[in-house]
Amino acid sequence: MIGLEHYLTLAAMLFVLSIAGIIINRRNLILLLMCVEIMLLAVNFNFIAFSRYLGDETGQVFVFFILTVAAAEAAIGLAILVVLFRNRQSIAVQELNTLKG
Amino acid sequence: MLHSILFYVFAVAMLGAAMGVVFSRNPVHSVMFLVLTFFQSALLWILAEAEFLAIVLVLVYVGAVMVLFLFVVMMLDVNIEAAKRGLTRYSFLGIGIALVMAIELVQLIWLRSQGAAGTGGFAPTPEGYSNTEALGAVLYTEHAYAFEIAAVILLLAIVAAITLTMRKRPGIKVQNIAAQVAVRAKDRLRVVKMDAEKKQ
Amino acid sequence: MYNYYLTIVLAPLAAAIIAGLAGKKIGRAGAHWVTIAGVGTSCVLSLLVLKNMFWGGAVAENIPVYTWAATDGLNMGVGFLVDRLTALMMAVVTFVSLMVHIYTIGYMHEDPGYQRFFSYISLFTFSMLMLVMSNNFLQLFFGWEAVGLVSYLLIGFWFKKETAIFANLKAFLVNRVGDFGFILGIAGVVMFTGSLDYATVFGQAESVAGQSIKIFSGTPWNAMTVICILLFIGAMGKSAQAPLHVWLPDSMEGPTPISALIHAATMVTAGIFMVARMSPLFELSTVALGFVIVIGSITAFFMGLLGIVQNDIKRVVAYSTLSQLGYMTVALGASAYSAAIFHLMTHAFFKALLFLAAGSVIIALHHEQDIRKMGGIRKYMPITYWTSLVGSLALIGFPGTSGFFSKDLLIEAVKESHWQGQGAVYWIAYLSVLLGVFVTALYTFRMFFLVFHGKERMDAEAKSHLHETPAVVTVPLVLLAIPSAIIGWYTVGPVLFENYFGDAIFVTEGNDPLRHIAAGWHGSLGLFLHAVRTPVFWLAASGVITAWFLYLKRPDLPETIKNKLSGIYNVLDRKYYFDDLWIKGFAGSGRAIGQFLWQKGDQLVIDGVLVNGTAKTVGRLAGVIRQIQTGYLYTYAFAMIIGLTALLGWLIWLR
Repeated sequence: MIGLEHYLTLAAMLFVLSIAGIIINRRNLILLLMCVEIMLLAVNFNFIAFSRYLGDETGQVFVFFILTVAAAEAAIGLAILVVLFRNRQSIAVQELNTLKG
Repeated sequence: MLHSILFYVFAVAMLGAAMGVVFSRNPVHSVMFLVLTFFQSALLWILAEAEFLAIVLVLVYVGAVMVLFLFVVMMLDVNIEAAKRGLTRYSFLGIGIALVMAIELVQLIWLRSQGAAGTGGFAPTPEGYSNTEALGAVLYTEHAYAFEIAAVILLLAIVAAITLTMRKRPGIKVQNIAAQVAVRAKDRLRVVKMDAEKKQ
Repeated sequence: MYNYYLTIVLAPLAAAIIAGLAGKKIGRAGAHWVTIAGVGTSCVLSLLVLKNMFWGGAVAENIPVYTWAATDGLNMGVGFLVDRLTALMMAVVTFVSLMVHIYTIGYMHEDPGYQRFFSYISLFTFSMLMLVMSNNFLQLFFGWEAVGLVSYLLIGFWFKKETAIFANLKAFLVNRVGDFGFILGIAGVVMFTGSLDYATVFGQAESVAGQSIKIFSGTPWNAMTVICILLFIGAMGKSAQAPLHVWLPDSMEGPTPISALIHAATMVTAGIFMVARMSPLFELSTVALGFVIVIGSITAFFMGLLGIVQNDIKRVVAYSTLSQLGYMTVALGASAYSAAIFHLMTHAFFKALLFLAAGSVIIALHHEQDIRKMGGIRKYMPITYWTSLVGSLALIGFPGTSGFFSKDLLIEAVKESHWQGQGAVYWIAYLSVLLGVFVTALYTFRMFFLVFHGKERMDAEAKSHLHETPAVVTVPLVLLAIPSAIIGWYTVGPVLFENYFGDAIFVTEGNDPLRHIAAGWHGSLGLFLHAVRTPVFWLAASGVITAWFLYLKRPDLPETIKNKLSGIYNVLDRKYYFDDLWIKGFAGSGRAIGQFLWQKGDQLVIDGVLVNGTAKTVGRLAGVIRQIQTGYLYTYAFAMIIGLTALLGWLIWLR
């Protein structure tokens, strides 16, 4: 039977995948943002799973808010990306290293 | 039985799509794969009887956020040939760390948990349980304040995004509504008193 | 009388300040008039005080003037102790100072630092007066240091001259060595008596003499001996006794007036004065007195020998001063304090006279100081010649001059001091002062003959300009020649034998050699008539004859003798290698230690390791750490992930 652990494992897999994505990614800043979205999705999974398991709606309310905030954050992130592209003509992550010490 | 099969099918599809997001070359393909991931996760959530959120996920995330991503990807006109992919030493380290983390998390979930969850699955929901109704009952009462703040955050996002990206281009005619509305009669019209003309 | 004392001390100080600070404004004439007025006032008032003491029957006064600080039972202040010893010293100091002031008008006539010089010598007069009039150890020390300081300023008066700077630093540093002993002595006094005041200390002297002090590893030494020896070390520095004598010949780098004032008549006699003042203390320690007499004898004889080989006119007189100071010290050691002070007084007059006369010759020859380039000046400078003759005769103790009375009686007193333990110390003392008479006569008249008689060895240029020096120079010479000649007659009796010093100088009953002599005293005339019977007279005469022979009759002989006795000559020429000892040995090793500490300690350790080392380490560390700041976003995220993984791992597996 599908239980709590399955959902949690699935969430963990998603999370790990997105981390690998962030580290491996060299080409695209947008890819980075998408990996962040996947991470948030993984977290949402966790919340839903626990909410269902504990029978408490609070988890789902939290997912609701996470969705809201994730949307807002994606919007702003993309806006920043656009401005960055305007200034640098490139969104390759390799080339964004002006803060190098 | 069906429940398990569906779960596994959806899970595999989702993970595959996630890998597609990370490993595909074309950024538009990546976005498409991400859309697929979200769809699969929505399905999984319906299986977990959180149907409201599943639909919200599709509507909001896929419908709005992913479209936005697509807009940006296409707008930025990224040079695909220039994107080179080679496995740097970082990649190995990254994948290694990711694997370690995966192992740790699995350890945590399966082998160290102390609950009686086992493989018993979830407790069945009571008769006449409506996820939407249950959610609404909590959302507008207990968490009303948070709800309002979430709305403000969205407003904030709008303002921020516009502020960041708006630029004035020269040579465009725009209407200044405020100026139009603030016009007064005497700015447009001038009454001149003059004698009536004698009829010829 | 209190106002007199204050005026005596403060008038030169005020003049010094005015001449020093407002020198440019008041001009040269203003500077010399204001300082002469100051010192002149002091001189007149000092003579008045002396007259009151001597004939007016005034008693000694101990007046506190100002309390500077009082802590823990120790009262530190300014005060005047004016007794007969002080009065005599005051008169001598101010009189010689006044003569030097007048003389300087002529000597420093062309010097750009004219006002500064007057300010300094006036300041010196103030310091010396503070020293002699003090009634406590602290003021004594203040005066002591102040005269050392002004001596430094004056020796290096021509500060652009390298040798002058070397000399003034040498003087100051050697003095400092002596002062180190001196202040330890004062500390000893405070430690045992708890007071700096003379009266209190002398009152407790007996009880201190019974105590002992442990300095090194628990061996107890007699407290009074230690204190007296330490105080005498101060006197050794100030009065240039061997081995701390090395600064005096070098101090001739300063202008001649100060050589006369400071290094003949006043500053160098401060040590002698101090020992006489401390006679209540010294009398209680025979060991200390023995130490004093030995040092004095060594100085008296050996420094005299050096005077024979000097070629600079001022150096001859400088070594003569060293020798005569040795004589005074011997007298102090023999408990003949009055004789020592009396010789101090007469010496002040004739030595100052000799220095000023030398200065007169020097300026007449346009600052030529080598006696080998002089000769036959008698014809050109009569006043200088006759006053020099008076001074020289006084120096060798020619019967009738003041020097005769003081020196003769000094030697007699030493002879009478049998109690100083028969054997080595006594014979050392007596023989050195006796033989020293011969040596004194030899070098004195060697100089005299070479300068004033004999062949004229000046170059034609100098000869054409040669004439007697102006009145401002010669009048002080005459005024100093008069007491050199006659003061002995009148003062020797009262000072030495009629208990002039009264309570000022304390001698224990059995020790007093002058008391023995007093038994056979028939007055000055008696001594004069007996002069030809004393060995002193014949030694002096033979010295003069030897000098005449070697330098006038057979002037080729000295050269031959020098070549034959080249070993001895070298030792004399190198001044017994004392300079080498001090300069290369002490100063050199001091500098070497400093160098080592600077290079190794300071540069290597502190700068290199501690200061720069920490900075470099921080830099290196930062250089390593900054590699984390790659500027790439994913690196930062990665770092966070790694941290998270590690934390998780720790929580899962290690807890």
